[in-house]
This record gives sequence, structure tokens and C-alpha cells, in this order.
Amino acid sequence: MKICCLVKEVPDAAVQKRIDPNTKRLDRSGEKNLNPFDTHGIEAAMQIREGGNADVDEIVAVTMGPDSAVRALHKAVALGADRSVHLTDGALEGSDVCATGYALAKVLESESPDLVLLGQQSDDGECYTIGAVVADHLKMPSLTQVIKMDVADGKLTCERQAEYGYDTVEVDLPAVISVGDAINEPRYPSLKAIMGAKKKPLDTKGAGDVGIESGNVGEEGSKTQVLEIKPPPEKQAGEIIEDEDTAETVEKIVAWLDERKLI
Amino acid sequence: MAGGILVYALHDDEGNFNKNSLGAISEAAKLAGELGSEAAALVVGDVADDAAASLGTYGAKKVYRAKSVPEGLAQPIVDAMAKVIGDEGYSYALFGGGLLGFEIGAGLTARLEGGVTMEVTAVRADDGKLVAERPVLQDSAIVDVGYVGEPGIIISRLNAFDANESGDGSAEVVDVEVEQSEWSGKARMVKRGEQRGDDVNIEDADILVGGGRGLGEADNFKLAEELAESLGGAVAATRAVVDAGWYPYAAQIGQTGKTVAPKLYLAAGISGAIQHKVGMQSSENILAVNKDPNAPIFEFCDLGVVGDLHKILPKLTEAIKAKKG
Repeated sequence: MKICCLVKEVPDAAVQKRIDPNTKRLDRSGEKNLNPFDTHGIEAAMQIREGGNADVDEIVAVTMGPDSAVRALHKAVALGADRSVHLTDGALEGSDVCATGYALAKVLESESPDLVLLGQQSDDGECYTIGAVVADHLKMPSLTQVIKMDVADGKLTCERQAEYGYDTVEVDLPAVISVGDAINEPRYPSLKAIMGAKKKPLDTKGAGDVGIESGNVGEEGSKTQVLEIKPPPEKQAGEIIEDEDTAETVEKIVAWLDERKLI
Repeated sequence: MAGGILVYALHDDEGNFNKNSLGAISEAAKLAGELGSEAAALVVGDVADDAAASLGTYGAKKVYRAKSVPEGLAQPIVDAMAKVIGDEGYSYALFGGGLLGFEIGAGLTARLEGGVTMEVTAVRADDGKLVAERPVLQDSAIVDVGYVGEPGIIISRLNAFDANESGDGSAEVVDVEVEQSEWSGKARMVKRGEQRGDDVNIEDADILVGGGRGLGEADNFKLAEELAESLGGAVAATRAVVDAGWYPYAAQIGQTGKTVAPKLYLAAGISGAIQHKVGMQSSENILAVNKDPNAPIFEFCDLGVVGDLHKILPKLTEAIKAKKG
């Protein structure tokens, strides 16, 4: 069994994120982290490998992005992936969800995985959607926000929360599964794994290498267009207090509650 | 149906339509009117004639019913939506918030090569086309997004649109036969809508104390319970702690849980991620206690306390009890 984990480099949580008003794209200059949600995908792959119900031949980390995205692949390899694939091409810049999903599906197609895992969302935007876009291009079944996954006999039994409670769904392989953060506690990479990550095989591929048609990606292939970026509606900022003396803090809270007739 | 908008109407196993779907139909009817066109809904499964036609109350002119398509999993519904959009030429697909809406909308994007916007909070008709407004970067900016070509797919944020009984009454019900794609049959529902944990009522409470991962462990929910008791309120929870088994599903607020608007929402150890925010942001007063000064909840609470809830909550409970005598 071959598992591909889609990963993404995202802005560090501590970095102030902004949209470049000229390009109307996210300013990615402050990027340096592997999307934390994707680490749950890699951990899920590792647990399948270690679980003994399926023979995992290979775990491959796959990303699309500029040169710097290699760092996300190194982290993914440090967390357990055997090798990685970096799809990078100037033609891909400015791709929206539709174009990104197509491009990722093409690079995955070249790997023929039995299972594609990814985090349920990225820290920087395209919430919940990319897995389902990729799956339909690959003609594979898919499920998002999975919080429990068991593999046996070529199929998965998945659990997740949907609109009316918990759903249990059986999914045949190959499949695309986005996992929720409740599925596992990702391990910390060992120092040895971190040091060794740069030595693991990394394939760099351009759009043409995996059969991506240039008209389907980048700004040309995108089906949405950012027209304007605006500040959110003004909301009166709330009062913030730092708890230095808890008795005093509690007094302030009680007074605030009392003023609003909540006690 | 140029300019027409097709809405997916989700229903539970008892046949009740989802409130967010009804809101999406009302919004679609309004927008389609501005575009000089019509809104329609799509339902799947064995929905009764009356029930399907009743979506006209919210503004759907037609209701397409795909009886052979099961409810609850996205890909068979992508097949149905794609079929109706392809045959009837709808220009837009609109989804109310919720997990399935995201999945179906995303699948439809791939299937029909249409543009998609998600977490949309408002839509307007501009020059004969729809423009979606979408907050980004933890709601610190809003982008206006237009569509290139058709169809345009709009996935709204939970509770973005209110259901209005603005329609003429009955909608025409049209049965459609849908051929299932091969991969749509490869996921099967084993059990749907299972409730886990005790049944608790949080929707009627005037005061809610919400507990998140910052509580540290399941046992610490008693801090939230004691505080709620002193205030005469109930306890709610985030998805993270419900999935971790710390608290019952029935108490969950947010994207896949309940939506509440109490007089007071006291968030204890809750970071305030969008998925939680959408379920409680209409609360009259929001008080947050969190040790992380960068937690997003401090951006939209009325009173924010940066500190250790394990120290603050017990003392606050005592003080409230003393005050009440």
C-alpha cells in the first residue's frame, strides 16, 4: 500500500498575515511552517504503517508551491514520510481552489497512491475543500474531517461529525481522506529524523512533467477572481484585562457581570 | 435558466430540512430575482411530495428530487447537482454552511470546472453577476470574489443567511433520474447522526459557560460546571473537546454543532477559531478567559481576561455565590 500525504507550507501562526493589495494574493513572504493540520495526516499514515492491518510500502509527502515549500517537505519527512515530491512551476502561481485541486490531482496521479491523506484545512484559507476537489479529479471516493479511521481488507472505516451527529462511513480504497485534528496526537520528530530529512529522496516536478495543461492552472485557469479587499466592519473592541492579581481580576469580572445584570 | 441558482437542501433522517439550507434558498430567491431569474432546490432521497413542494415557501420555484440518491454523503449528491445544472443550465450553486455543503461544493468545482468560494458571509448581484464576500485571515479582511465563467459555486458560512418565508407557497416538484458515477458508490453510510454522550439542553440557556481545550483535561469541566451553576446557566463545549470525549456531543457549539445566542457566553479556554465563532458570535455578551493573549477570541469578545482559568474560575465561582448570597 502506498500512501501520499498532501502537505502545505503556511505562514507561521505568530506572523501577521496580510494580503498584498497589488497582487490580491496572500503575502507569503513570512511563511515557514508545515500546516499543523497536515501533521495529523502524516501521523495517521504512520499509525496505519505501525498498526499491522495493512502493509505500507511507502509514505510519500507531496506539495505544490514555490522553492521555499521544500521546508514543509523536510518537516513531513522528519515526521515519517519516506520521500517527497515537490510540484513547482511559475505557471501554477495564482491558482485558485479549482486550479490547485486539478494540479494536485495530476501530480498524485503520477504516484498512483492507494490512499491520499491531508489535513482538514489549512491555516491560511481554503478550508475543507481541497480534498474533495482532488478526489473528484482522481475519481476516488472521499471524506473530510475524519476523526477515526481503521483500515482492513482494502477499505477504511471512518468516523466523523456531520450535521446531525457522528457518522460512520465505509470507504473503498483508493480514496482521499482529510483528517481532523482530533484523529491523533502527532509525534515529535527525533533529532536524528530532522537531521536526516534532507537526505531522503525529493523529486522536483514541473507542470509539464505530470501532464498539467497550462491553461487549467495559474490565473488563467482560475475560475474566481478577487475583485476587492476590504477591512471587516468596525466592531467596538472589547476590554482586555491581564490577570496579575486574581482577587482583583475576579472583582472586575463580577462588576462587569453585575453592570449587565447577568448575576 | 441563465442566472438561475440551484440550492442543495439537506434533510435529516426524519425529513426535516436543515435551517441553513432554508436560509440558502431564501437568499438564492432574493439574488435570482435581482438577476431576473429563478431559484430552485435539489433534494435527495425519499422526500414526500408535500415536503419537497414546501420549499416554495422559502422562494424555490422548482424542487428537483433525486429519489435514488442517498442523503448524507457528498459524492452521489455531486452527481445529482451536476446533472441538474448540466441539463437545466443553472448559473450558480449555493450551499448553506455545514460539512456536506463544503464537500458537495468542492466536488462540483472539480466536476464542472466552476469557480468556488467558501465561508461566504454575503452575496450580491453586480452587473448581472453574483459577487461573493468572504472573510479571510481570521476575519481580519474581507475579499469580494467574482466568477469567471459558469457555474459559480458558493459555499456559505454557517448562519450566513436567514430563512424567510418569502415565497409564493408551493414549488413544482420535478423528479430526476441520476446516473451515479462509479466512485460515488465507493463510500457507504454505516451509521448516520449518532449521538454520543448525555443529552443536554444548551439552546434554551440564558447563560452558557463554554469549555475548550484550555481546560486541560476532562475532569476540569467541573470548573465550568460549578461556574455555570453559580450563574444559573449551562455548560457548552467546543468540537475539539467533544471529539476528545471530554464532554457530550449535545453540548457542542459551532460549525458541526449547535448555534446559540445567550445573554452571556463565558468562554473558558476557548481559542475562538472560526468554526466555533460561527456558533456563538450572536451572544449578547461574550466574556473570554484564556491564557494566550493572541487567541482570536480576544478579537471579538466584550471582556477578555488574559490569565490562567484554573486560578480564575474557582475564585469567580466563589465570588458569584457570595454576591448572590
